[in-house]
Amino acid sequence: MPHDHHDHEHDHSHEGLSPSGHPYRADNDTDLSYWQAMEIALRELLIEKGHLTAAQIHSQINAMDSRSPANGARVVARAWVDPEFKAALLADAGAASRAMGFDIGPMHLIALENTKEVHNVVVCTLCSCYPRNLLGLPPDWYKSRAYRSRTVIEPRKVLSEFGLELPEPMQVRVHDSTADMRYIVLPAQPEASLGLTEEELAAWVTRDSMIGVGLPQAPR
Amino acid sequence: MKVRIKSHWPPGHIRTPAYLRGKIGQIERRIGLFNNPEETAYRQTGPQRELVRVRFRMADIWGARAERGEDVIEAEIYAHWLEPV
Repeated sequence: MPHDHHDHEHDHSHEGLSPSGHPYRADNDTDLSYWQAMEIALRELLIEKGHLTAAQIHSQINAMDSRSPANGARVVARAWVDPEFKAALLADAGAASRAMGFDIGPMHLIALENTKEVHNVVVCTLCSCYPRNLLGLPPDWYKSRAYRSRTVIEPRKVLSEFGLELPEPMQVRVHDSTADMRYIVLPAQPEASLGLTEEELAAWVTRDSMIGVGLPQAPR
Repeated sequence: MKVRIKSHWPPGHIRTPAYLRGKIGQIERRIGLFNNPEETAYRQTGPQRELVRVRFRMADIWGARAERGEDVIEAEIYAHWLEPV
């Protein structure tokens, strides 16, 4: 059984649990919230008045949901193998990403280069600003109060909890995403990956390394 | 160029983090003109504001409690929140 980590030796009731012993998710038999009702009302009005079709709305939701860290990984890998692209990325990361063919909408993007001397990490203390138009939805911890408040106060402690111990002489730069810019960290290329193709390199670039709480790593 | 973030505490939709108000930093880069969220949040229109990235030393924000004083924080601040030092 895939979930046989529970203790099935003694006699207890499995009522309300799946065959593998996990609770079923409760049905959403509750009233709509105010904002859910507002969203439905607005969407139906837009369709009724002919501004959008249901198909267009769902096609846009699909496009948003299909964005993932793999897009950012391709951008980073290109910067590792192509010095001209890297220069363009550091000058205007939004324009460079669009030039690679990514539809990032009106997003203003800044790339932050990690070096031997500097490590960059991104946070949004005010809410949860994140380069969604390139990387997709942020991880849940990125939106937590703990990450948002602690990263500007004790970034080294936070990074160590992610398994990233930075040497003392290295400078940590915390970027608080307070307004109109969004950020992607350009991690340093690991020496062990030198000589690989752009496509192979993209597999080394993790989501966490583009937020700055991790480093690129060899694919498993 | 050195600047101080104004120590103002107005009500409303403010995107200048409280922990940076009253603190001194260096302009890292000027980004350009953007709508002022303090107005757009309430459907008001006004002049666009310059947005500036400011770099702060941890020691200048947290004092002796800083984890490592020479680490830095960078944030986007609208120019009307900056005053000369």
